[in-house]
Amino acid sequence: MSLGSTLLLLLGGCGQQDGHGSRVVLAYWEKWTGPEADAMRAVVDDFNASQSRIFVDYSSISQIDHKLMLATAGGVPPDVAGVFARMLPVYSENNALTPLDTLAAEAGIRREQYIDVFWQLCLHRGHLWALPSTPTSTALIWNKKMFREAGLDPEQPPRSLAEFEQFNEKLARHRPDGSLQTIGHLPLGWWDELWGAWFGGKLWDGDKKITTNSPENLAAYRWVESYPKRFGAHDLVAFRDGLGNFASPQNPFFTGRVAMVLQGVWIYTFIKNYAPADFEWGVAAFPSADPERLKDVTVVESDAFVIPTGAKHPKEAFEFIRYLNSQGPMEKLCLGQRKFTPLRAVSDEFLRSHPNPYIAKFIELARSPNAVAVPPLSTWTEYLSDMRIAVDRILAGESTAQAALAMVERREQDVFDRRQVRAQRLGPELARK
Amino acid sequence: MTRIEKRNLRNGLAFISPWLIGFVVLCVYPILSSLYYSFCDYSVLSPPLFTGWQNYRNLATDALFWQSLYNTFFFAAFAIPLSLLVSLSLAILLNLNLPGKSIFRTIFFLPSLVPMVSLGVLWRWLLNGDVGLVNDALQPVLHAVNFVLGTHLDKPNWLLDARYAKWGVIFTVVWGAGNAMVIYLAGLQDVPRYLYEAADIDGANFWTKTRHITLPILSPVIYFNTIMALIGSFQVFAVPYVMTNGEDGPNRSLLFLTTYLYENAFEYWNMGYACAIGLVLFTLILVLTFLATKLSERHIYYAGK
Repeated sequence: MSLGSTLLLLLGGCGQQDGHGSRVVLAYWEKWTGPEADAMRAVVDDFNASQSRIFVDYSSISQIDHKLMLATAGGVPPDVAGVFARMLPVYSENNALTPLDTLAAEAGIRREQYIDVFWQLCLHRGHLWALPSTPTSTALIWNKKMFREAGLDPEQPPRSLAEFEQFNEKLARHRPDGSLQTIGHLPLGWWDELWGAWFGGKLWDGDKKITTNSPENLAAYRWVESYPKRFGAHDLVAFRDGLGNFASPQNPFFTGRVAMVLQGVWIYTFIKNYAPADFEWGVAAFPSADPERLKDVTVVESDAFVIPTGAKHPKEAFEFIRYLNSQGPMEKLCLGQRKFTPLRAVSDEFLRSHPNPYIAKFIELARSPNAVAVPPLSTWTEYLSDMRIAVDRILAGESTAQAALAMVERREQDVFDRRQVRAQRLGPELARK
Repeated sequence: MTRIEKRNLRNGLAFISPWLIGFVVLCVYPILSSLYYSFCDYSVLSPPLFTGWQNYRNLATDALFWQSLYNTFFFAAFAIPLSLLVSLSLAILLNLNLPGKSIFRTIFFLPSLVPMVSLGVLWRWLLNGDVGLVNDALQPVLHAVNFVLGTHLDKPNWLLDARYAKWGVIFTVVWGAGNAMVIYLAGLQDVPRYLYEAADIDGANFWTKTRHITLPILSPVIYFNTIMALIGSFQVFAVPYVMTNGEDGPNRSLLFLTTYLYENAFEYWNMGYACAIGLVLFTLILVLTFLATKLSERHIYYAGK
């Protein structure tokens, strides 16, 4: 009995006081590690020093998606969490997040203040579930030295996908035994499931239909299918297997084995850390199949700040999120993480002091009308897993694009329909909240 | 019941209560609640809704579930006999009276001290298609075969090729078979010397002695190890999880029942469905263990009987 109450006292004491006097202590979980975590920590320290009412206790949490779900289910969530925006549909559908509509409106936070696509990422089924944290857009990054060696103009990136493939052929080199030594591009990267975007394709119609096998997507994955046909399925697999880790000096883009990649704003940091000192690179929009109609296509992503359901101090938590979403602290965070700010207002100082020489290009791309994100589906994790397998099989020459996409569409429509049943059941409960 | 009997019962229950409470709270309750959830649509964060047999009906038509079942059976069908053969042969060899025998025993036992996760990481590198040591060792053999037969065999991309990925995991698991080996070694100490002496007088060689004396006397130990291997193989998770970075392997060749269960529970928010998979797995192991017991009944020799 006395042991139990002592334990309770101890536990209670940890959360509230812990040497911060009468301040409200907010538990803040973030997924970042290393320099990105350091950048966030600096901003948290600023916030703690800026006022005397709230103290933010910052923790780096690995596998935050799982832990946040379990902690929320167990009734002990953190007050603020940093998650990937693509997780918002599944969290909100399962009633795991506090809607921020009212809090944001009261604080004068409005859609117009943000680059539109990042605000949209925080909306789901008509509610605001998060505010943006550090975002990214993606672009074609090319190796200028390899362009020069292949007789291409190093300052002139390809303007259409057709031209891109001509470059690709010129940049591919074979060893005496026929195996691939270098290649212009491999359609195997971080966003293989979204190649349809460069052909005007969508993976979901926004309503009830999964559209994996739409004509546009089919065209995109026929393009992927052309790789094993042109370069040989076996040679391509062998080439892939010999490529080093992304975050290492053996990254094939840094070692000059792949000349063009689709990458995010963070590529600057990786080039600085792992590429040879004389590495020359350029940034442009990844060319689309129809450059007239589809200009500046880019995949965007964002991290997001949320307040889980059951958080003990939602008001104070929002106070902190609001601080992070004001221009000064957001720019400090994004500069520290070498990213760009999701806010529309950007200070000249931010652009001037940003070490990435192409930061303006990434911002320009994020503002493009053809900036796309992963579809806001609560079944996205399943969808993604199916798409990865499909792309793998197409690239290995084991399946045609048509068959692979048809299979994904059939399965994911089924998964989607089943999840709709749950959403309809939970919808009224959410509305009551 | 007399007073003494009552007191004994009370004391007895009190003494086993730590185990009893643990068993009820940590085993019986979770099994029963997962049985209930397996009949629900349950996403952990929202309250469960009873949906009857829906999860089981979905399982019946879920291609991924059948694939994971196939992968699990394939793995078990090869991993169980292989690890049995390897650990038993090693135990018999290490039981020979040779100089340095305890050193060899230690060396062969060492791999089973390696934690599962390290085992996975280690073998991921050993099986790397490009720079792995396994392929380094295989290369001269393949060259020789290609030279003699005129074939074009290439070193396999173990973990990137659906045809070889499961074999990669099987080798990894068999490599850590030291635990079973130690149990066999202990069993071997129980084989009466005089049986071997009698067989020697009759002119029996090593093979006949192994077949007619060692194996029959060792049969309860073999039975025990087989059952443990059976349960272990159907629950294989950590090693393939680490080797595939938490994914399903090429063309889902490393999607095992436990992997699919985990994905549904913690990545797809389908805890009810995951519970149904768990119960299928539970039933499967139960039935197979029962069958193994029935089939081997006549072949097991118990000295006490």
